[in-house]
Amino acid sequence: MSALVKIRDLRVEATTDIGRRVEIIKGVSLDIAGGEVVALIGESGSGKTTIAMTLLGYARPGLKISGGAVLVDGVDMVTLPENKRARLRGAKVAYVPQSAAAAFNPAMTIMDQVIEVTRIHNLMSPADARAKAVNLFKALSLPEPEQIGARYPHQVSGGQLQRLAAAMALIGDPKVVIFDEPTTALDVTTQVEVLRAFKAVTRKQGVACVYVSHDLAVVAQIADRIVVLRGGEVQESGTIREILEAPRHPYTRELLGAFTPKIHAHAPQSDAAGRQPLLLVEQLTAGYGPGGRHVKAVEAISLRVERGSNLGIIGESGCGKSTLARAIAGILAGYDGNITFNGRELGRTIKNRTRDELRQIQIVFQHADTALNPAKSVEEILGRPLTFYHGMKGKARDARVDELLDLVHLPRAVRHRLPGELSGGQKQRVNFARALAAEPTLILCDEITSALDTVVAAAVIDLLKELQRELSLSYIFISHDLSVVEAICDEIIVMYRGRKVEEITPAHVKAPEHPYTQLLFSSVPKLDPNWLDTLRQDPDQVRAYALR
Amino acid sequence: MNVRTQIPSLVMSRLLIAAITLVIVSFAVFFATALLPGDTATILLGQSATPEAIEGLRASMHLNDPAIIRFLKWIAGLFHGDFGTSYANNMPVASLIGGRFINTMKLAGLTAAISVPLALSLGITAAMWRGTLYDRLVTVATIGVISVPEFMIATLAVLLFAVYLKWLPALSFTSEIKSFSDVLRAYAMPVVTLTFGVSAQMIRMSRAAVAETLDTPYVEMALLKGASKPRLVLRHALPNALGPIANAVALSLSYLLGGVIIVETIFNYPGIAKLMVDAVSTRDLPLIQTCAMIFCLGYLLLTTMADIVAIMSNPRLT
Amino acid sequence: MTRASASSPVSGWFGYRINPVGLFGLAVVVFWAVVALLAPRFIPHSVGEIVDTDYFGPISRELWFGSDYLGRDMFSRIMMGARYTVGISLVAVILAGFSGIVLGMIAAVSGGWVDTILSRFLDALNSIPSKLFGLVVVAAVGSSIPVLIVTLSIIYTPGAFRFARALSVNINAMDFIVVARIRGESLLYLIRAEILPNILGPVLADLGLRFVFIVLLLSGLSFLGLGVQPPYADWGALVRENIGGLPFAAPAVILPSLAIASLTISVNLLIDNLPRKIRDRSSGS
Repeated sequence: MSALVKIRDLRVEATTDIGRRVEIIKGVSLDIAGGEVVALIGESGSGKTTIAMTLLGYARPGLKISGGAVLVDGVDMVTLPENKRARLRGAKVAYVPQSAAAAFNPAMTIMDQVIEVTRIHNLMSPADARAKAVNLFKALSLPEPEQIGARYPHQVSGGQLQRLAAAMALIGDPKVVIFDEPTTALDVTTQVEVLRAFKAVTRKQGVACVYVSHDLAVVAQIADRIVVLRGGEVQESGTIREILEAPRHPYTRELLGAFTPKIHAHAPQSDAAGRQPLLLVEQLTAGYGPGGRHVKAVEAISLRVERGSNLGIIGESGCGKSTLARAIAGILAGYDGNITFNGRELGRTIKNRTRDELRQIQIVFQHADTALNPAKSVEEILGRPLTFYHGMKGKARDARVDELLDLVHLPRAVRHRLPGELSGGQKQRVNFARALAAEPTLILCDEITSALDTVVAAAVIDLLKELQRELSLSYIFISHDLSVVEAICDEIIVMYRGRKVEEITPAHVKAPEHPYTQLLFSSVPKLDPNWLDTLRQDPDQVRAYALR
Repeated sequence: MNVRTQIPSLVMSRLLIAAITLVIVSFAVFFATALLPGDTATILLGQSATPEAIEGLRASMHLNDPAIIRFLKWIAGLFHGDFGTSYANNMPVASLIGGRFINTMKLAGLTAAISVPLALSLGITAAMWRGTLYDRLVTVATIGVISVPEFMIATLAVLLFAVYLKWLPALSFTSEIKSFSDVLRAYAMPVVTLTFGVSAQMIRMSRAAVAETLDTPYVEMALLKGASKPRLVLRHALPNALGPIANAVALSLSYLLGGVIIVETIFNYPGIAKLMVDAVSTRDLPLIQTCAMIFCLGYLLLTTMADIVAIMSNPRLT
Repeated sequence: MTRASASSPVSGWFGYRINPVGLFGLAVVVFWAVVALLAPRFIPHSVGEIVDTDYFGPISRELWFGSDYLGRDMFSRIMMGARYTVGISLVAVILAGFSGIVLGMIAAVSGGWVDTILSRFLDALNSIPSKLFGLVVVAAVGSSIPVLIVTLSIIYTPGAFRFARALSVNINAMDFIVVARIRGESLLYLIRAEILPNILGPVLADLGLRFVFIVLLLSGLSFLGLGVQPPYADWGALVRENIGGLPFAAPAVILPSLAIASLTISVNLLIDNLPRKIRDRSSGS
């Protein structure tokens, strides 16, 4: 059987801004049969989007296809002239972008854009195209399928836009559809619905899919075959079963390892009873606007963190977890309620807190590129808190900087580098080292692994655990990712729309009580290919809590 | 806040800012000119006037009143159409300005009528064919024109058209307009000079506006749907670039305000800018004040309109 | 990580990629700077000396730039004129830049009413067309060189302020500023150590552009007779006094304009083609 898509020895070059040409795809070959779903799995920088786009004969500005062949239904997209390529795009090969919100023209209605492919390639009359679009909307479980086309993109939610982008791709009846990380930007509870919709529609139309992702669990639900990529090269490829059960390549094993959830073993405190909690938050209400009271992001939250133990705060976007962290750190304009640290009540803002209080609670942010000053070297970044808090100077300070770098497992040579020269994982470690420089007792980790690749994130979590043991730290770990929180926290708080919905220990994660928690936990994809098909979620819960 | 109410309130606040700025600017103009050296009464009566005559004139002109009172009286006068009396010509300022203002408007109007279509077509096409030789030529020419003083463009135009080619006269003689070719010959050089300057600004800004919309993800998406280049530009990029382009047009036209000062001087064109430059050399206070206010008003009008167009063309607010 | 394969060689001096166009721009700018400094030492004739019986004389071996409307040597007058054009503009841009940058950073970091007052005030200043402002002030207070310098810097401070403020606002929103604030750092530290290093590059490039505007405005004012006054003359004034030579296509009226153009275009070229640092990412993670 001849494959629908044949990629042979594909090579793509990138021109860096200083004129150097670097090969980023180094001889990739793979086949896709008609109706088959193939997943391209890899971390960021592995080249998966670049490879997928060559199926359209497209390379982003700065990139050039320098060798090899990409045959789609017998036609080589690489050697085809541009105007012929344009004829195939949308009609034979279609693309569903990663950020659907950015891919829609804000000045055109949704319907006009969804049927645009039919207008460009003259496939059918506008009336027929509109009817077909509405059918696709229904098949993708979109709300108000008859009216949604008349809206503008900014009037529609992210999950809906993602499905509309799929409709936009499918309307031309293409033979191959590329899904580029389509659910990465969505909440976990929305993701379930969207995945189901994609699976149903593409199965029905017998469309071959290329699914690009870094999330092995998501991909396991939808793909027939998996191709593992790293550094622009294929590491391994095989069916779902083969990859999940018998991975051969060490990198694949590393990837699988990072995805396997680890449950944190709670180290029981010997004299926990009767000890004063490290942090006690009572009835905290906070928000934005004048005085921090106008728009409430957090309502009446109470929690406690014991010395040496970790609290996880989990919730989806907009639930208020970051606001809570900022209130505890003192960054907000003000809040109602009490925060007691080490037995003393904390002032509401930075001005009302003592320098020592500010020192003991440190916050680490998600995006290391904005959390580190790009104009300062690592040495200067780490040195400043040492001078500021502890008055260290000269040789003593240099020695301590070396110690900090050792603590976070970074080579000492890094001290002379600027943040722009470091990788994401290294930057996050420097971020952490800066928090450690203050010698705190409590560290607030605000989504620190969310911008990192899974393998790198797993390493950072291990580092955190190690540091906790060595330095007797406590963490408040905020995330939307349950598996990360499970791996490190002793207790978990679930937030929804500014309120605390449930308090749980990892041992009880299997049996949550609150309906939202049940929905949230059940929505997290597992590495089992049958998970999505066998998932049963209470439709009332879904209606009540998931943002459609 | 209801999205629909955002546009009127944003526009209103922009107009309010413009009004406040106008007040500050009129203040500045008044006090700057009030700093002019030389006692006004002495200038009017001449050096040989007696001190009593000077005192009498000062009293009758209220020149001894505190500055604030004089400022408010001046503002009140403006609203009544009383712009004061010119010192040099002893005529009401309003009658002096009237005809000249119209002359400058003719010049500005002609320049706008030519430069807007010219500059927009060049700017948009240069963005469409970014990186090509055409684009590079346009960019280099534009930067060249923007970088040099207006009088250089004027002198080069005179050299080329009047001295070497002998097509046009160097100075403009607007009083002897009898036929269409006379009109052409009188206006051609000032308009050509101004058009160069205004077009260069407009080309640069409109090219940047279109190039920015061509770099967006949704234009890339349309490309991946198989759209041809004309379709990308006309259906996807331009509708989103209209706001920034209108902004570019308004801002470039405000450049005219500076350009006419040079052009009217060098070509001896009887417009309001030349009137003001002459008034400065004769220290004719009321004339300077009124001309300056007209210029500032025009500038404010254009920049405010540019901002309002930018606000209204944001699709998220419709 | 990626490794280099077939590629064009990296042209670099001390780790910087130098552009020939930028180099040319730099050469011209340096040339005029040197001329401005050393003009009196090397000009062949004194600026007031009448050397030619013919006025508006052509370019010749004795008079490289011809003679002006009185028969004086244009070459000497243009070289000396550089002192005024370059000198006044440079001082003005430094003043404008310094005030604009400091005020812009303060406005961005303080926020609140400090920011509002500064922005409104400087925006109002910006609403007066620059030529008009120059005209009126110079007419009022005279056109001595200090007055010219101060007026020019006042006209262009709002632009520098707006740019520096916009950049600073972006930096201010970044997390590392939040981290510094939480530490309890003072306003002065934030401005000096956290914000300034990040905006210095673009702000200096912007100052280069402002320098061009100031040169053009100064020349325009001198051309109208309101700038540098006789017996001194900057390039704009040279065009003004020799405008009578236009019908004869005399070099005396064209060359000063060309001098201005050479300076402004070179600054533009230099700024657009500044050397860019070649930075190699560290390998491995």
